[in-house]
Amino acid sequence: MRVRRRVTLWSLALSVALAVTVTVSAGVGPVRIPPATVLRVVANAVVIPAGVEFGTVGVGPLALPRLGVAYQSPFAFPVDDVHRRIVVLVRLPRILLAALVGFALAAAGTVMQGFFRNPMADPSIIGVSSGAAAGAVAFIVSPVTLAGTLRLPGVGAVGVGLSHGAGVSLFAFAGALVAAFGVYAIATRRGRTPVATLLLAGVAVQTFLGAVISYLQLQAGESLRRIVAWLMGHLSGASWSEVVVVGLVVPPLFVVLLAYTRELNVMLLGETEAQGLGVDVERTKRVLLAASALVTAAGVAFAGIVGFVGLVVPHVLRLVVGPDHRVLLPTAALAGGTFLVAADTVARAGATELPVGVVTAAVGAPFFVYLLSRREVYEL
Amino acid sequence: MSNEVSATGDGANDEVDAERPVVVRDLAVSYGDVTVVEGVDLTLEAGSLVGLVGPNGAGKTTVLQAIQGITQRDAGSIRLAGDALETLSARAVGRRVASVPQETGLSFAFTVRAVVEMGRTPHRGRFEGPSASDVDAVESALARTGTAVFADRPITELSGGERSRVLMARALAQETPALLLDEPTASLDVNRAAETMALLRRLVDDGRAAVAAIHDLEMAARYCDRVVVLANGRVRAAGAPDAVLDADAVHEAFDAEAFVGRALAADGRTVTAYPSTDVTAHRVHVAGVGPETARVVARLGAAGHDLSVGVVPAGDAAALAAADVDATVVSVPPFAAIDESARTTAVEHAERAAVVVAVTDGSGVLPVAIRERADLVVDTADPPTDEVLLARVAAAAGSGA
Repeated sequence: MRVRRRVTLWSLALSVALAVTVTVSAGVGPVRIPPATVLRVVANAVVIPAGVEFGTVGVGPLALPRLGVAYQSPFAFPVDDVHRRIVVLVRLPRILLAALVGFALAAAGTVMQGFFRNPMADPSIIGVSSGAAAGAVAFIVSPVTLAGTLRLPGVGAVGVGLSHGAGVSLFAFAGALVAAFGVYAIATRRGRTPVATLLLAGVAVQTFLGAVISYLQLQAGESLRRIVAWLMGHLSGASWSEVVVVGLVVPPLFVVLLAYTRELNVMLLGETEAQGLGVDVERTKRVLLAASALVTAAGVAFAGIVGFVGLVVPHVLRLVVGPDHRVLLPTAALAGGTFLVAADTVARAGATELPVGVVTAAVGAPFFVYLLSRREVYEL
Repeated sequence: MSNEVSATGDGANDEVDAERPVVVRDLAVSYGDVTVVEGVDLTLEAGSLVGLVGPNGAGKTTVLQAIQGITQRDAGSIRLAGDALETLSARAVGRRVASVPQETGLSFAFTVRAVVEMGRTPHRGRFEGPSASDVDAVESALARTGTAVFADRPITELSGGERSRVLMARALAQETPALLLDEPTASLDVNRAAETMALLRRLVDDGRAAVAAIHDLEMAARYCDRVVVLANGRVRAAGAPDAVLDADAVHEAFDAEAFVGRALAADGRTVTAYPSTDVTAHRVHVAGVGPETARVVARLGAAGHDLSVGVVPAGDAAALAAADVDATVVSVPPFAAIDESARTTAVEHAERAAVVVAVTDGSGVLPVAIRERADLVVDTADPPTDEVLLARVAAAAGSGA
């Protein structure tokens, strides 16, 4: 019970911190908007189902009945429409994407550090980030587009396919999963996946993909700038559709990870001891690997390589709340979201926008060093 | 003792064999091409402590890990409380056998209580909080092992001995009918080692079954009901400690010369191992009394010499040692004078021996007839080392031949 109370208190506190950070961040930019206005805009945007409406879709003989839900907004605070547009259409998607990506990376980093019992582990250790980068870079370099125009008789020209940005994300996501699965397949023999082998297979795959990425960059020509921007991590141009995709992928997988926190604690004892305590070690490893690979892939696919969040945030939280994953995982995830929102705010607050990955590293590393100097970390 | 194997359906047969929580038959395990254990049988019975003894690399840990399904076996069957191991889920196995490892890999600052709570893993549902029985099991495990006093300290701050008790507590919290212990006393001070074994003995007397891989033969003899001697992956001997632990078994299993005697300070055996030598066996007669004579008898007996000893008072250290190495003993009742027949018998033995060793402090208690025949005299004030003793006996036998 003590654990549950600690989880609840810490999560509440960090959720409040995240909400405050999001609110403040939404006010920062070329147009300064006070937090009170931000809150009013958000309140106005809240809708609740107000009823059901019937209608039809299509025309003529193809008409189908359609059931719709009517929404209404319970609030109607007076706000400047320009402010509303800036907050809802420009800043919030970016901020929420940052929160989700930070949340995802910190959660996956926590799991990987516990899984590998290695302080240097981060979400990229099983090749996810390299795979995503290779996928994204390959798509950027290649002349292939996934968009086209389809001429349908009677309907006319219909645009189908994916925008360039969505294509990059899709390829990054696929690349991440292919790389992670490749690492897992290399390291698995006769149904067993030794953690040390996994770690080394991850290094090998990362190195190989690094070479691929370097080669593609040499061949990139005028796309090089876009590649570099992607590789350094970026949240600019985030759209609500991206937020929705990440928002649909990350939380269910996070619940899976939460469900395995007790096993993760026991796995810290080492696999032999964990097995002796009734943990199906190989199955647990597969679940943890798959869930954290997907979580990381979802984050990296839309934000590029944002380093450091997955490495440092879990460490910092471990120093604060202790090693118990039942407390550590939710707190680290929330702190990761808060940290990335704050870092991205800094990244876009200046005259010229910085890649967010640069800010996370530049801000996070000295902070981490400060923590290390105050409290010695002998082991993970 | 509660046995909660029926808690949730893991497809396990709930008709448990409560009397025999672990039955291993014809176990074979190999790593790659190397056969580690072969043809091992092991049965754990409720209320009985089995000592698994043998030299390093004999396969003790492998056997323990195979019982938990951690190490895959090549052949043989393992039944836990009646059910075949391969039909049981990891959770079900964790409710039937608990292991106490030598050391834990845990380097995180979990509190002792949190570590012991990990023992409840096989009993708890994924989303359940700790039940009343979980809390009871943890508290009673902490109390029984004397770890309750530091239950809220991080395990990383404990001494080696304290950590090993925490590991014991964790295994107790699992509430399994069987315990597997890998060198439970290896890293402990003598007092802690005895405490740990006494605790284990009490747990077994309360109805648990246990097997402990132990390299300390005296501990095994003192606390175990049965001893299984493992060497090179095979069972060399199995049975009651007194029947199994003799000089031959130690010699065969450990490749060491050994003196195995009755322990004077405890109910058990005392085992003294020596480095292996390849001396040629001779008939040797030893005369003398007291501990120094006992030492000479033990060492020469362990080296394989055919000994006769006398004249000694019955019950003297030399007489006890002589009996333990199966020497011919010429004795007289304690405090009695050496009578003529004993003296004559002893002299006859001395005359038949290739070497006569006299152990004396110079006070002249040895019969003159024997002292005159002594090929070498061991002065108790300045005794030779084992090595020198064996070399001198060999030299004396050589010159006499």
